[in-house]
Amino acid sequence: MANLKDLKNRIQSVKNTRKITKAMQMVSAAKLRRAQEAAEAGRPYATRMADVMRNLARGAADSDGAPRLLAGTGKSEVHLLVVATGERGLCGGFNSSIAKLARLHAQRLLAEGKKVKILTVGKKGREQLRRDFGHAMVAHVDLSAVKRVGYVNAQDVASEVLSRFETGEFDVATIFFNTFQSVIAQIPTATQLIPAVVEESDEAAAFYEFEPDEQEILTELLPAAITTQIFTALLENGASEQGARMSAMDNATRNAGEMIDKLTIQYNRSRQAAITNELIEIISGAEAL
Amino acid sequence: MADMMQFELVSPERMLASLQVIEVEIPGAEGDFTAMADHAALVTTMRPGILKAKSATETTEYVVTGGFVEVSGTTTSVLAENAVPRSEMTRDAANAILAEAEAALAGLTGAGRDAADKRLADTKALVEALGL
Repeated sequence: MANLKDLKNRIQSVKNTRKITKAMQMVSAAKLRRAQEAAEAGRPYATRMADVMRNLARGAADSDGAPRLLAGTGKSEVHLLVVATGERGLCGGFNSSIAKLARLHAQRLLAEGKKVKILTVGKKGREQLRRDFGHAMVAHVDLSAVKRVGYVNAQDVASEVLSRFETGEFDVATIFFNTFQSVIAQIPTATQLIPAVVEESDEAAAFYEFEPDEQEILTELLPAAITTQIFTALLENGASEQGARMSAMDNATRNAGEMIDKLTIQYNRSRQAAITNELIEIISGAEAL
Repeated sequence: MADMMQFELVSPERMLASLQVIEVEIPGAEGDFTAMADHAALVTTMRPGILKAKSATETTEYVVTGGFVEVSGTTTSVLAENAVPRSEMTRDAANAILAEAEAALAGLTGAGRDAADKRLADTKALVEALGL
């Protein structure tokens, strides 16, 4: 049986760990609220952007001169996977679930004989995918210095993606991130960025006038729409990360509590045993006299 | 009383305004225009400039650096890349957008350069109009 001093130290150390996990949980809870507000605030822009896109793209997709961002390159040989993860760990399965989805997707594409390139956003995804797909990693966007994700960050990612598309480095781009559903549920999601996907709707299309003409607006609108999608993904990711960390730290705090209880019982038993032992020694000593 | 229409100004990071207005003055890429209720459906791009929304009681002004406008008979939605109420605009912020436009121009050639040139000119005009 471990001696009393060791047990005492052990209990103290678990107590310290519990303090840390508890603090991290509370920090995440505060950050989660902010992240959720940011995600909420970004939603009107994203929905309106999708509306405008829908109205515009419906007519333009069929015409010959449709921009390549909308119509695609006509092939789907080279795929770019944009893997957006967090910069930090200790958040349960948050990072690995994204990496796993991306890995499965990449393996499926490779099995179909297609080429895969990977652009990572966030350190954790890069670390996890480097072993399997090190040769396919083309770029990395570092957000570790960013405290609050802003539209500029999405623009950085978008410009990386768009410039690569323009030089013909890939045909299809897909972004991987976690959709925030609740504190305990984040859903790994894959969304196609390029060619732009236009949702079908039954609403009758309004007839719009365009100024300048349709094509010109589209060439400006498409990059903006892609940036918006990336921004939405980053915001969802931000909220998911904090949610995941909060529940992971909640679990850790609870486990530490259980461990402390168990160790304390063990400590008290050993202490009692030591006392009984000593008493027996004293009594038997006295009897021997 | 004039007909009212819904006006919405959103930037990627937040919704700046959503209210009933009489008219909105918009710095369109090919010239300023004013949208009122029952305006023909229109989609256009914006140049850097000042956007004025006139409601029944007051006129609010916003500084925008570009984006899209969707006008339908009943609503005007402005999707601005970056929008700030004019009252919150500062000298430093104005200089920042000017510097950004200048940086975008550097190293460009051909058609891209023309667009960036125009953008810079528009931005300069905007900063002058602000008169900070």
